[in-house]
Amino acid sequence: MSFSAENTDISNENLEINLLIEAVREKYGYDFSGYSRASLKRRIKKTLNESHSTSISGMIHRLIYEKEFFDLLLLDLSINVTEMFRDPLFFREIREKVIPVLSKQSSIKIWHAGCSTGEEVYSMAILLKEAGIYNRCQIFATDFNEVVLAKAKQGIFPISNIKESTKNYQKSGGTGSFTEWYTAKYDFAIVESSLQKNILFADHNLVTDGVFSEVDLVMCRNVLIYFDRPLQNRVLRLLSDSLSIGGFLAIGSKESIHFSGITGEFEKFSHTRKIFRKK
Amino acid sequence: MRERHFSCIVIGVSAGGLKALTSLFKSLPADFPVPTVVVQHEKADSGDLLAEILDHRTALSVRTAEEKEKLKDGVVYICPADYHLLIEEDKTLSLSVEPKVNFARPSIDVLFETAAIAYGKELIAIILTGASSDGAMGLMKVMEHGGYSIIQDSATAYSSYMPEAALRACPDVDDILPLQEIPSRLISLCRKGSFCDR
Repeated sequence: MSFSAENTDISNENLEINLLIEAVREKYGYDFSGYSRASLKRRIKKTLNESHSTSISGMIHRLIYEKEFFDLLLLDLSINVTEMFRDPLFFREIREKVIPVLSKQSSIKIWHAGCSTGEEVYSMAILLKEAGIYNRCQIFATDFNEVVLAKAKQGIFPISNIKESTKNYQKSGGTGSFTEWYTAKYDFAIVESSLQKNILFADHNLVTDGVFSEVDLVMCRNVLIYFDRPLQNRVLRLLSDSLSIGGFLAIGSKESIHFSGITGEFEKFSHTRKIFRKK
Repeated sequence: MRERHFSCIVIGVSAGGLKALTSLFKSLPADFPVPTVVVQHEKADSGDLLAEILDHRTALSVRTAEEKEKLKDGVVYICPADYHLLIEEDKTLSLSVEPKVNFARPSIDVLFETAAIAYGKELIAIILTGASSDGAMGLMKVMEHGGYSIIQDSATAYSSYMPEAALRACPDVDDILPLQEIPSRLISLCRKGSFCDR
């Protein structure tokens, strides 16, 4: 029997992870304390294995003294989506229901919050082009990770994902030829440069930054699932405050606004996907 | 012999899953005392159909897992297509769209690894029929954390690849059982105050 004041409620590993999160926050200003732990832990352990660090505690030392190591960790802590028009029926709803409403406005602002490597932003740009309203749109695409943001800005994707993206494009109601929107070069597909004209890529952290701009459509899909309930509520408040009256909020099909303080501010706009309209 | 208490069951299944899951859940009572969480490999656009079918065909309450949901006894949670399903240490569910693991999303390994951390020796993990090696690594993690492991006897599996891959990774598995014997084993393992010899 031990008479020490040892706290046995927390495992050593969880203690190490808490300290790592604290070190990242104090040293670099990124706050992961409100992230769902199971996924965060898996991603930290992935970096642990791939970087040949000795332990999570050893990673703390490295991230304090080696900025490059922190950049590597930050990349692993970002989620990367791999194909365009992910969940094609969602894009069909945007194409058939949301765009006709937005089309009535003389200028349209769209915010992709947590845009990652940009696949969704370019999918949206294609929809706007095909609807003939792209020139009236300003698209903001933000992420907290400058590495993925730089990738998004480039608009160069592995050609291996194109087959899936083409299928998704067709299922989303695309009637044109998807090949018109990219140029194949070696193993890569480069997006058509006219898609990039009205997209502004910017550094923004949903966890630590404030309202970005007043917009007519916020796209924030499969970002909230990584947050705990209090952080979800805080971010949903931020998204709501960024929307004009009559504006649209689109979240992932498995995400919800039910348990947040913003439920009363929105009405359901789509029956099949999570698209809400601000009252 | 010592008393052992189980609090959760996780199941990984791929090709031939609907039939196997139907047969397994049909033989479990509606008041089954622990939650069950299932990863079935599915096409990205298959929707929530599997949970609806199983709910209809069995006495248990079967539903598609939702993020932040607290696990309840007697309920079967099916992972939604195209998401990974994870169990948090506070016994709630999380979803993620992280890259595919073993070419699969959902991945059985992801569920099993996180379940092993959350439940330790109170976990029962089962690998059923499938044509993939997903789950083998996860089952190993479950055993490392002291959980109870079951692999379907590959002779009774629609596709023997997955049970065989799991067996190669985990030769010390607790049970290798024909599909029809798994429900009665689960009932006896999960009975309050049950005993087992390991």
